Amino acid sequence: MSQIDTTASAAAENPFAGIDQSSGNFSYDVKYDFDAGSGLNERTVDYISTVKKDAPWIREFRQNALKAFLAKPMPTHWATKDLENINFDKIRYYLSSGQKPKRTWDEVPDDIKHTFERLGIPEQERKFLAGVEAQFDSEAAYSNIKDVVSKQGVIFMNSGEALKEHPDLFRKWFGKVIPTGDNKFSALNSAVFSGGSFIYVPPGVKVSHPLQAYFRINAENFGQFERTLIIADEGAEVTYMEGCTAPKFSTSTLHSAVVELVALKGAKIQYITVQNWANNVFNLVTKRGLAHEEAEIKWIDCNIGSRLTMKYPGVVLKGRKSRGEVISIALANDGQHQDTGAKMVHGADETTSNIVAKSISVGQGRSTYRGLVHIPRHLKGCKSNTECDALLINTNSRTDTYPSITVRGSENSVQHEASVSKVSEEQILYMRQRGLTEGQAMSLSVNGFVNDLASQFPMEYSVELKRLIDLEMEGSVG
Amino acid sequence: MASPTLTSPALGSFTAETFERALGAQAGAPAWWLERKRAAYERFAALPMPQRTDESWRFSSIAGVNLDSLEPLAPAAPTARPHVPDFAPLTSLSFVNNRLHGRTALPPELAAKGVVVTTFSEALTRHGDLLKAHFMAQPQRLGSEKFAALHAAFVGDGAFIYIPRGVELDGPILVVHAASGAGASVFPHTLVVAEENSKVTVIDFFTSPANEPLFACGANDLYAGHGSKLTYAAVQNWSRKALSFQLNSTVVRRDARVQSLNIHLGGRQARHESLSQLQAPGAFSEMLALTVASDSQEFDQRTLQVHQAPNTKSDLLYKNALLETAKTIFSGLIIVDPDAQKTDAYQSNRNLVLSDGAEANSLPGLEIQANDVRCTHGATTSRVDPEQMFYLQARGITPVYARELLVFGFFEEVLNRLESEELHAALRTLLKSKLKL
Repeated sequence: MSQIDTTASAAAENPFAGIDQSSGNFSYDVKYDFDAGSGLNERTVDYISTVKKDAPWIREFRQNALKAFLAKPMPTHWATKDLENINFDKIRYYLSSGQKPKRTWDEVPDDIKHTFERLGIPEQERKFLAGVEAQFDSEAAYSNIKDVVSKQGVIFMNSGEALKEHPDLFRKWFGKVIPTGDNKFSALNSAVFSGGSFIYVPPGVKVSHPLQAYFRINAENFGQFERTLIIADEGAEVTYMEGCTAPKFSTSTLHSAVVELVALKGAKIQYITVQNWANNVFNLVTKRGLAHEEAEIKWIDCNIGSRLTMKYPGVVLKGRKSRGEVISIALANDGQHQDTGAKMVHGADETTSNIVAKSISVGQGRSTYRGLVHIPRHLKGCKSNTECDALLINTNSRTDTYPSITVRGSENSVQHEASVSKVSEEQILYMRQRGLTEGQAMSLSVNGFVNDLASQFPMEYSVELKRLIDLEMEGSVG
Repeated sequence: MASPTLTSPALGSFTAETFERALGAQAGAPAWWLERKRAAYERFAALPMPQRTDESWRFSSIAGVNLDSLEPLAPAAPTARPHVPDFAPLTSLSFVNNRLHGRTALPPELAAKGVVVTTFSEALTRHGDLLKAHFMAQPQRLGSEKFAALHAAFVGDGAFIYIPRGVELDGPILVVHAASGAGASVFPHTLVVAEENSKVTVIDFFTSPANEPLFACGANDLYAGHGSKLTYAAVQNWSRKALSFQLNSTVVRRDARVQSLNIHLGGRQARHESLSQLQAPGAFSEMLALTVASDSQEFDQRTLQVHQAPNTKSDLLYKNALLETAKTIFSGLIIVDPDAQKTDAYQSNRNLVLSDGAEANSLPGLEIQANDVRCTHGATTSRVDPEQMFYLQARGITPVYARELLVFGFFEEVLNRLESEELHAALRTLLKSKLKL
């Protein structure tokens, strides 16, 4: 209870204070050594290739991707028209102070170091992480992996470094799970990508602590396009967590990442995201995993920030008995649209998938669940389960559900269930009778709604999530 | 208007010249009716054919929607009395190729109370205001705007049913819509106006000879006035070579209850759109459907439940059984408007896949803009439960018969929602004759 009391009084003056205001809303006037300028054309892409000393095949890959991006229409025939408000000519596609990440925090330039200290990254690293990468605008400022882990043969580095140091491993899977032309924004990312993590876990190695990446946007009108590739070799296990923040500028910012996961036979990958961009960020991310025989890929995806998020983490169940799971939590406050969900493509017999999505709409916030479950012909014994629950807090809150399910053949079983509800008045009355304010009661009730999912997060994250919900719920009543 | 050529894919066989001829056949109709038809034809000609990228046509076989090589003005055809389910209606109307073919007289005591069961041709002269107010008056929101316009432009005769305030009918009114002749185009329409506190059951029956190619582009308008109770059942049994559209619209007013059940059996490719608008507190709409999809049939069902007022309720249950290489699409949407607090909405799609080659698609959707609501939906796709099969076989029932029993059990949940025993029995018999496992 004491925790609710303190946050309640702190947030009383600013009822819709999210954490973007409380912890992420600051920026430094950094002098960038490399700047691709505003707008996007062949020269911008060329500039990025030159600065990053790209191999010829990457240079070509980027230019082809640019063509694909320009050729593809905005997907507004199904997605929100808000996408039309992205001004691609005003965005800055590459900003950095150098391409080589530092191995110790002491070497990181002061402004950038202060940024991450205020966000608590070095402290978390000491406490419970096996490795950390911290990206500041286009490039990683810091990247380090603990010795115990690297001695097991685990590779954890910036994607740019990996392209140079492990080109064969990188090229084998790069763009294979999410092809350039998958959608307009994966094409954009493929043209201008910079930063992101590369992880390789050798056969049988189980990484005991999570690896973490932190993505920070500092500059106004900036577009961040990181590219992450995680490969878990046979029987390997790894957990990866990412966090992100940006200051609140008056103009909009674009974040468009591509994340590819490859779980080879019997491997397990767990990928956890806590997305808390400022609410002027367009967050348009493509995430997909490829699960081989008996492999397991689990996405835990939590979206609290941004103006518009469109993100549907997916798993392609390529091998027999592979398993995919998506746990999704979304919180949409005033001025926010969380368009999130999951995709499960069954490609082999006896594959299973599970999707659990919970969303909360506050004020005029809008949350959308969009899902796809696909079981093609000639498969046997596939099972898929989807549960979506939406909670609406205010009379003008909005929620949508748009699942798409295709099943061919008679030996599979698929179910989908969704419900929409509001906080029970009886519960609120009960708690108020026992001395809680209406706001506290509401926070408790909403935390109860997501509790079974939040408990699947690592402890530090679930505590943070609970705190965020308390903040967002304060003053939302009435 | 530039005269479109015969080859225009957006018009197919429905050229401006054929439209003028269709209009000529209705020369005696009131001016407003003819004007509406002209406006509808212009809309039809201007609207594009469905595209692959249209969300409202997702999963549909666009290539199968082809308006070429049809007979837009199907001639009058003498046919044998079409096969209809075996039960006794209060009164009936039957149409063949858009023309009245036969009718039974309305019991005089009902006529005396003001009940009207007649044709459009007659209603145009005697009940023009009602027809004007209700015919295709609701928005087309489910993707077939072009075909709704085509229907309004070419509709010939149809059924007009009016139940005055407080009148309750015990038995059903039967409307048979038949088509005959290869390539015939038919535009069946049934319009029902149930006034305050009235009660009526209407049954539409669509039928054509087994193997004739056919284009059916039908629509209905159901209006349930305050406190009325309207039950509607339709059996679509077009030939296996038919391309069929059926665009249904239901308006439910204060405290009214509408129950509709659509049974889909025929057609090569059949698209059914059903819009239910809950316009005043206490309104309740129950939407039911049963589909037996076999061979390479495609059934494309699109539904929309719009809650426009507080304290309204809707309940949808669509069941599909899929055999051979059949394909079904269920795309449903519940919309709760911002002021429609205390909405109670349910939507459920159940697919029973009985063959390895069949494909079931489900798109159950929700768009909720009010917070004090109870909205849920569910979609399942599965096979016959092997445990239940085992249970029946352990009791000496052959696998074929056991499967048949389980499929009927699957349908029975929907049929049990019907109040009328007689209707229930007639529909069950009909399903049995179609479902040869």
